[in-house]
Amino acid sequence: MKGTYLGEFEEVVLLAVAIRSGDAYGAAIVNEIEQQMNRSVNLGAVHSALSRLQEKGLVSSEMGGMTAERGGRRKRLYSVTAYGRRALEEIRQLRNQMWDAIPNPALT
Amino acid sequence: MKPRNVGPPRFATYLLHLFCPPHRAEEMEGDLDELFQERIRGVGLREARWRYVRDVVSLLRPSLIKRENTNTYPTPAFTTMIRNYLKIAFRNLAKNRVYSFINIGGLAAGMAVAMLIGLWIYDELSYDRYFQNYDRIAKVMQKGTFNGEVFNGEYNPAPMGPELRTVYGSDFTHVIMSSGDGNNDHILAYGEKKFTKTGSYLSAGAPDMLALNMLSGTRNGLKHQNSILLSESVAKALFGETDPLGKLMKIDNKLDVKVTGVYEDFPYNTEFRDLKFIAPWDLYVASESWVKQAQDNVEWGNFSWQVLVQIAPNADFDAVSAKIKNIRLKHNPEVAFIKPEVYLLPMSKWHLYSGWDKSGNLEGRIQYVWLFGIIGVFVLLLACINFMNLSTARSEKRAKEVGIRKAVGSVRSQLIAQFFSESLLVVAFAFVLAILFVLLILPVFNDVADKQIGILWTNPVFWLCGIGFSLLTGLIAGSYPALYLSSFQAVKVLKGTFRVGRFASIPRQVLVVVQFTVSVTLIIGTIIVFRQIQHAKDRPVGYDRSGLITVAMNTPELHQHYNALRDALIQTGGVVDMSTSSAPATNLNSQNSGFSWEGKDPNFKESFGTIAVSHDFGKTVGWQFVQGRDLSRKFASDSSGMVLNETAVRYMGLKDPVGKQIKWNDSQFRVVGVIKDMIMESPFKPVTQTVYMLNYGWANVINIKLNPARSTSESLAKIEGVFRKFNPGSPFDYRFTDQQYALKFAAEERIGKLASGFAILAILISCLGLFGLASFVAEQRTKEIGVRKVLGASVTNVWVLLSKDFVVLVVIAFGISSFIAYYFLNGWLQKYQYHTDLSWWIFAVAGLGALVVTLLTVSYQSIKAALVNPVKSLRSE
Repeated sequence: MKGTYLGEFEEVVLLAVAIRSGDAYGAAIVNEIEQQMNRSVNLGAVHSALSRLQEKGLVSSEMGGMTAERGGRRKRLYSVTAYGRRALEEIRQLRNQMWDAIPNPALT
Repeated sequence: MKPRNVGPPRFATYLLHLFCPPHRAEEMEGDLDELFQERIRGVGLREARWRYVRDVVSLLRPSLIKRENTNTYPTPAFTTMIRNYLKIAFRNLAKNRVYSFINIGGLAAGMAVAMLIGLWIYDELSYDRYFQNYDRIAKVMQKGTFNGEVFNGEYNPAPMGPELRTVYGSDFTHVIMSSGDGNNDHILAYGEKKFTKTGSYLSAGAPDMLALNMLSGTRNGLKHQNSILLSESVAKALFGETDPLGKLMKIDNKLDVKVTGVYEDFPYNTEFRDLKFIAPWDLYVASESWVKQAQDNVEWGNFSWQVLVQIAPNADFDAVSAKIKNIRLKHNPEVAFIKPEVYLLPMSKWHLYSGWDKSGNLEGRIQYVWLFGIIGVFVLLLACINFMNLSTARSEKRAKEVGIRKAVGSVRSQLIAQFFSESLLVVAFAFVLAILFVLLILPVFNDVADKQIGILWTNPVFWLCGIGFSLLTGLIAGSYPALYLSSFQAVKVLKGTFRVGRFASIPRQVLVVVQFTVSVTLIIGTIIVFRQIQHAKDRPVGYDRSGLITVAMNTPELHQHYNALRDALIQTGGVVDMSTSSAPATNLNSQNSGFSWEGKDPNFKESFGTIAVSHDFGKTVGWQFVQGRDLSRKFASDSSGMVLNETAVRYMGLKDPVGKQIKWNDSQFRVVGVIKDMIMESPFKPVTQTVYMLNYGWANVINIKLNPARSTSESLAKIEGVFRKFNPGSPFDYRFTDQQYALKFAAEERIGKLASGFAILAILISCLGLFGLASFVAEQRTKEIGVRKVLGASVTNVWVLLSKDFVVLVVIAFGISSFIAYYFLNGWLQKYQYHTDLSWWIFAVAGLGALVVTLLTVSYQSIKAALVNPVKSLRSE
């Protein structure tokens, strides 16, 4: 397996998949990120991040769910794997640990 | 005006499809579309389109473009499909037996012909290559111009050899004098065994030059004057299993020689295949006084011998030829008027490039190599055309198969592979069949072509050519169905809306025209060749060949008892008359100048054929007198008598020839009679002006007229008894004059036989093809014919309808071939001075013949189609 290190954008995409759980596919994730972070992202960046995440085993995917607005095309639905969930939690813990380590005066 | 595009930019979508692997394209395009729709609502069309493009570009990153294993179908092994193709191919062949037979048989016949011709050409081109010094051996040739006619001769004066050896020694490794070209009959005797064999007297260096493969003894065997080298076959015949080395034997019952070596027989395709023994040149000089005289007196005017040379390793033919060019001019300057020239003819040119017409242009066998090469290519072409025609015609019936295969999932490359493998299979069958044909025909072919050819089983070039050609044919013939049929759209084909274009049959029609052009040309050619042979055969020969035999006078005994021998022969009752002459009636072997007569223009450089005869020659051969009388013993003055032929009288311009005096060198002759021209040379040439003079001393053959009232075999047995008594040292060998005469047509008859064989094959192959095409057309038009019959068409109408198309094609072909045939055959006939005409009826017969054959072929199918009950042909709809 490639290194389990998660890049910043990868982390964001993984979180978006978790948010949109059950309906996480390319366009939805783009929308989600744009809304949450208020910045525009390229579809290509998202797709490439998703495929990297899948290679690392953090997400899994299946084809399904065609809608009229997609011209009847199927979408690839992503869901976070158990391993992916643990990775997210680890990151969060790590951040929390670091936050806790900050001496109070420094923030003020 | 184009409506404004409100969708995403098309080029971007196109770009995406161009680069993206198909399995990703669907989801990506879906995502793109969805985002695009949302963005139209959110940020407007312009911005949405712009971002669409940006997204597409961002999607085209290597990690996403990378193609994974995209085939979602199982991948069968390559051989699985091949097996399926072969199965279908076999089923197709078995289902359409007639087509398969025509296809494979026709192609095999064409290939067999091409193979035979190829083998023949190979044999011709490899002629003489047996000799190790092939590229250094040459013949010394004489060239000159006499009365405006260029002549090339391979006979040289006796001093030529010594001259080359002494003056130009550094240019030659070997200079070999030869008594002849190996066709001279000699009697070889050992004890009681006697055989007539052909052989030559050669200088001592000959075994080295010819690189004889010595089976026993050494190549030095000719150094001693009384020695002989025998070929293996002769040694076997004379000595059986005993070792011939050192044995004493006799040549021509007069020369005692010791066997000093045995060499391997020369192969059949060499110049020296008849050289069955080699005796030393010195022995020849010592035993023949006229040769000794010519050599000792340095006679530069007697051209009776061949000179073979091997040039030195550093010399080349052109340079040496240039050096020796003026030898003859140097030694007898008085012949400067014929512009004599001496040159070397390399061994590589002996077989194919020697033979010149009267203006000195090359007219060798190489022409036949070209001719047959072209015929071979054409016959092969015919067969290929057939093959292609039938393949294409058949393939249209298989459009449905293509449709089904495509519907089931075949991709185009698979269909191409299928059709190619099918045509290659058929070609492979044909190739094997062709080899079988060749094996069957080869004995007959060798007989007709005077060859000893075998299939070159071990020659890689043969296999390379054969297989290479088969592949090529298969690919060309298979290319139409493979490339054209595989492009059909499955939907159209299966729906039935598919129609081959109006012009789909044009290439086929062109091919039929080409085929028939070749066939008709060959037919016309064959007729003309046979007409020409018949024309020459019908020519009056001026004497009576029936029951005439000749016996060579090859031992001294025969020359001594002319009258006793003649009396003894006539007494047997089997012989009407006997005479001697300097040449048999079928061979004018001596021409001379030095004649003068009353009223001759002193500047006229004359030349006469000269024949010495005995008193009884005229009666033996049956001379037909136009004026005067035969030579007779009743007139003592006839000892200087002379008989002219009609051409000679015209040539000399004599008004009243009988009784005229003619002087030849120092002898005076008196003309006693004029005979009708006797054809002694080629029957295709005009007769040479010839004089027949009485001379018992100059005799080479005995002519015997058999008694027509007795059976030939009985007479021959009696004659043999007489010869045994008079000529005990020699076997009784005789030749029938009519057979010798027939040999003069051998070359032409050979061409005729081969040409007719090829013409028959060509027509056969063309008809096979036509038959196939006709049946195809009839089948295709079954419904049309049914409808026509329902509407009242008669059988004749339908027959005309179906046959018309083919007849038109054949008529066009006939027109083209007439031009071609006229052009080439006119040229061929012009080569013969005595030739038949190119009459119009020959063309008419050939054209009519082709038409009849076409109609017969096509009618079988068209009548069959016309007779079908329309109920049956229309039933299915």
